[in-house]
Amino acid sequence: MIDTKYFLKGFKSIKGVGSPAIALGASFVAIGALLKNLGFSIQESVFSTFLTYALPGSLVMAESMFVGASLINIFIAVWLVNARLYPMTVSLMPLLMHSSQPKWKYYLSCHFIAVSSWLIMKDNCEKIDKENRIDFWIGIGTATWSVAIFSTLLGYMASEYLNKDILIGLAIINPIYFTCMMIGAMKTLQVSCSVILGTFLGPVFYFISPEWCILFGGFIAGTLAFLIGEIHDN
Amino acid sequence: MTINVILAILVTSIATYLSRILGVISAEKIKETSKMFRWFNCLAYSTLAALIARMIIFPAGDLAEVNYVLRFIVIGTSLIVFFLTNKNLVYPTIFSALFLSLLNFINI
Repeated sequence: MIDTKYFLKGFKSIKGVGSPAIALGASFVAIGALLKNLGFSIQESVFSTFLTYALPGSLVMAESMFVGASLINIFIAVWLVNARLYPMTVSLMPLLMHSSQPKWKYYLSCHFIAVSSWLIMKDNCEKIDKENRIDFWIGIGTATWSVAIFSTLLGYMASEYLNKDILIGLAIINPIYFTCMMIGAMKTLQVSCSVILGTFLGPVFYFISPEWCILFGGFIAGTLAFLIGEIHDN
Repeated sequence: MTINVILAILVTSIATYLSRILGVISAEKIKETSKMFRWFNCLAYSTLAALIARMIIFPAGDLAEVNYVLRFIVIGTSLIVFFLTNKNLVYPTIFSALFLSLLNFINI
């Protein structure tokens, strides 16, 4: 059903010099502590990471609940902040799809799409034969998802010991990890332009709309980068 | 807390899974060699870059309490560590947390 060899190969991506475990762990420890402070039970906190596994979405849910938003408002706010997962999925799945593999693997494993797992898979794709990529991906996903769930539990239990200074230290880890990963991914003209223009336009659009800045800025930056790359190639 | 926590978690997970599953359905019709795929690839990287830039420049939560000059100093030095350690990702991430906590502690 799942090729163990490739699954384990993917699973081991949480070890070594490119490990996402520290960055993922740090941010989900902070989420665990935050959910405890908001009054979630330990089961609810773990359940939240188990089912959602997307940090900005969990943060928006926590903030919305804190201000007493309705379920519809939570749905729209979370959908908006996690809509970036759509282009991420569309730009990953064609690399993993193979006619010999059953479809359920794709429908289930898309749950593992998050920034760190996506960047690792993109980085390693060419090293794995297309037929085996989905099992490799399920390995990466299971590993990063497990780290996130375990860290939420840890953060919840350790929340009393996490003072402001520690939480600030934890909060910088994820942006640093992502920045380094993105710089490492800048190997083609199109990707480099996408990263540079997105970094610039995202914050610029914040002044127009804080809610929509990532999607608007990302859409315009990505489209421009695509056109630049296509013109250059021709 | 006015609404049921479990319902809020379920609504959050459905809203998140929606983008993922729609992505899989769309991806079935897109070839990895097509222009459409390349466009989506650019959109994914640029949206992530916009998200990361926003996390650093306009952070929410604990990081918002740190002066932006300190944030940029930490990011700059962490990137130097990243390049000095031959693009190792573990050292710059640990370094950033320790360095920021130290700067915050001595209250620069």
